[in-house]
Amino acid sequence: MIEMTINDRKVRVPENATVLQATRQIGIKIPTLCHLQLDCFEVEHRMGSCRVCVVEVEGRPNLAPACCTPVIDGMVVRTNTMRAINARRTMLDLLLSDHPKDCLTCEKNGDCNLQQLAGELGLHSILYSGEMSTYPLDLANESIVRDLNKCIMCRRCETACNTVQTVGILSGVRRGFEAVVAPSGERPLADTKCVFCGQCVAACPVGALTTMNHTYEVWRALNDPEKTVVVQTAPAVRIAIGEEFGLEPGTIATGKLVAALRHLGFDQVFDTDFAADLTIMEETTELIERIKNNQNLPILTSCCPGWVKFFEHQFPDLINIPSTAKSPQQMFGAVAKSYYAEKVGVAPENLVVVSVMPCLAKKYEASREEFARDGVRDVDIVISTRGLASMCKEAGIVFEQLEDEEFDSPLGASSGAGVIFGASGGVLEAALRTAADWLSGEDLAEVDFADVRGMKGIREATVEVAGRQLKVAISSGLGNARQLLERIQRGEAEYHAIEIMACPGGCLNGGGQPYINGDTGILEKRRKAIYREDANKPVRKSHLNPDIQKLYAEYLDKPGSPRAHELLHTKYSPRDNF
Amino acid sequence: MKKSGACLKGPIGSDNLINQQPEKRKALAEFIGGLPIGDDRERNRGYLIECLHKAQELFGYLPESVQLFVADHLRLHLSEVYGVISFYSYFTTVPTGKYRINVCMGTACFVRGADRILEELKRHLGIDEGETSENGKFSIGGLRCVGACSLAPVVMVNDKVYGNVAPGKVLDIINDCE
Repeated sequence: MIEMTINDRKVRVPENATVLQATRQIGIKIPTLCHLQLDCFEVEHRMGSCRVCVVEVEGRPNLAPACCTPVIDGMVVRTNTMRAINARRTMLDLLLSDHPKDCLTCEKNGDCNLQQLAGELGLHSILYSGEMSTYPLDLANESIVRDLNKCIMCRRCETACNTVQTVGILSGVRRGFEAVVAPSGERPLADTKCVFCGQCVAACPVGALTTMNHTYEVWRALNDPEKTVVVQTAPAVRIAIGEEFGLEPGTIATGKLVAALRHLGFDQVFDTDFAADLTIMEETTELIERIKNNQNLPILTSCCPGWVKFFEHQFPDLINIPSTAKSPQQMFGAVAKSYYAEKVGVAPENLVVVSVMPCLAKKYEASREEFARDGVRDVDIVISTRGLASMCKEAGIVFEQLEDEEFDSPLGASSGAGVIFGASGGVLEAALRTAADWLSGEDLAEVDFADVRGMKGIREATVEVAGRQLKVAISSGLGNARQLLERIQRGEAEYHAIEIMACPGGCLNGGGQPYINGDTGILEKRRKAIYREDANKPVRKSHLNPDIQKLYAEYLDKPGSPRAHELLHTKYSPRDNF
Repeated sequence: MKKSGACLKGPIGSDNLINQQPEKRKALAEFIGGLPIGDDRERNRGYLIECLHKAQELFGYLPESVQLFVADHLRLHLSEVYGVISFYSYFTTVPTGKYRINVCMGTACFVRGADRILEELKRHLGIDEGETSENGKFSIGGLRCVGACSLAPVVMVNDKVYGNVAPGKVLDIINDCE
């Protein structure tokens, strides 16, 4: 520890701290913009490029950026002098001189760090004006909108894409006023190996990277009398959407979510958790078969479309080891457009399936051509958690005051195993619950596999399942997945099963979730909420979900049957790796 | 006005120049093979500029297929390679003319009217900065300081230096090519 003085106050701080970290310790919030710290993933982006965090350091003639100035013993810092505050305002002013002032109609209105900073620093006029950037929008994909005119060159997206995810498509290009962040050749994202995980969108402090908004298509379907519109909501939506309405992070809002969707006018409100249970039926069948034959191990999960696109591009030699089971979203779509459509007598083209997802890659996934039959997509429209929140606000729904309601039948009931898909480790735990019962032939009382839970990027465990020792691994964040896969390629690691999620922490930290602005404590609260929701469920195992049993009895025969393969399984294609 | 960027279209690397010139491809592979490239991407990145210099020396310019070749051999992402190429004005992604006419835009040259020289060149050749004439003969570019400030303003045609250039002498320089 060293001792320093901040605003005439003596403070003891760790030796390797920055001035910014030191000031936070005593309750001073120096504004930041380009800085991003994600504690639970041990990621810190400190470019020091925006200069809005400058402070005065005694004995140093120029102002120092707090985010990347290390503390030294005896250092005397002043954070609130007129010179420092005026300099921050000037920096902001200069940033705004080449920034469109269209806040009222910007997708990030209300969630923009730059906008917020202008308010906090009391910016009353913009003094500088001059050349403005004129980049065309990148709208050529289903998931992410790039508006480089709004880019402030903080390069947080580069850290998310290259360091955290190791997808590696973003780079600072050109120089000076022309400098911008772009893929190689300044191509649209659609032409690259972008996996559409949306972690760059989550990292962007402004409106340069935002979500492709499909809420208008949902409104249009809801107002079309010809259409029957059903909705599915992913596991991680219910434990995060409350944040958009001021509820405490970690609030379980399942009942309010259902009520809100009914208020919006959906004909049936169903649950992706039901389809998650279905995924477990198919994936566990595959797992047990591979273990019994001791071939093609490890099995990799395939629920995450970002991860699927990642291995198609970057690990094509491993293309045969992921499970062939479709993701819950796509299983839901396939079952809704067949089983459910037949049951209610609606033609598939008149049945609109809407998904509410914590994820931006799900928008891309739903548009993959193998997920359509006769030109009719299995999932028609995908909106994010944030997208649904904005629809509720447009409709004047006072979300936090809604009375709890229940999902509809027959695609709405789920087990606790379906719920935990929303957290890293959940898919594997859900599969282990079912595998343990099936291999032992019993209804085992122990359902918690606590060893596979957590936020750490790579986790390993050996679990006993019906007298067998199964070696499993879990990774979240594609950079961690890469490390794990490279160990497998080198023959250094042997597992029976591996779960991989593209986003660090799993879907609860998806690119479509409410913005956390670097507060990873929120993620821990969401994670705990998922396991609370699981523990509260009367049924905890997928194969005991009565509606799943009914679906197999009435329509699919048994897990792994030809009918199940036709509807619930898929294949992968190698893609170019650049 | 900020340049909106030459957005590439079509499959990545479809220019295929790297495979159309097998001898140059081989020479580049041998050059990179002689470098201590390993698993450490950070370390490999240190050799990127050297490789790009060699590649441009061999091929004359750095289209996407050449960038991709370098990226693969150094185990870097294509975006990193492109980021470096687009940063340095020396590197070019389009074929340059037989005569590369570069106007020094350093402080001394600029103060003594380099911008007017550039305008004259553009007017005579009918191409913009960074472009190549249709017959492949001329290309125009801007340079940072070439270290000949006493001769400002300076124009370079390939390796030949013209000093004290006045706008009226631009046509002579062009005619001097062949």
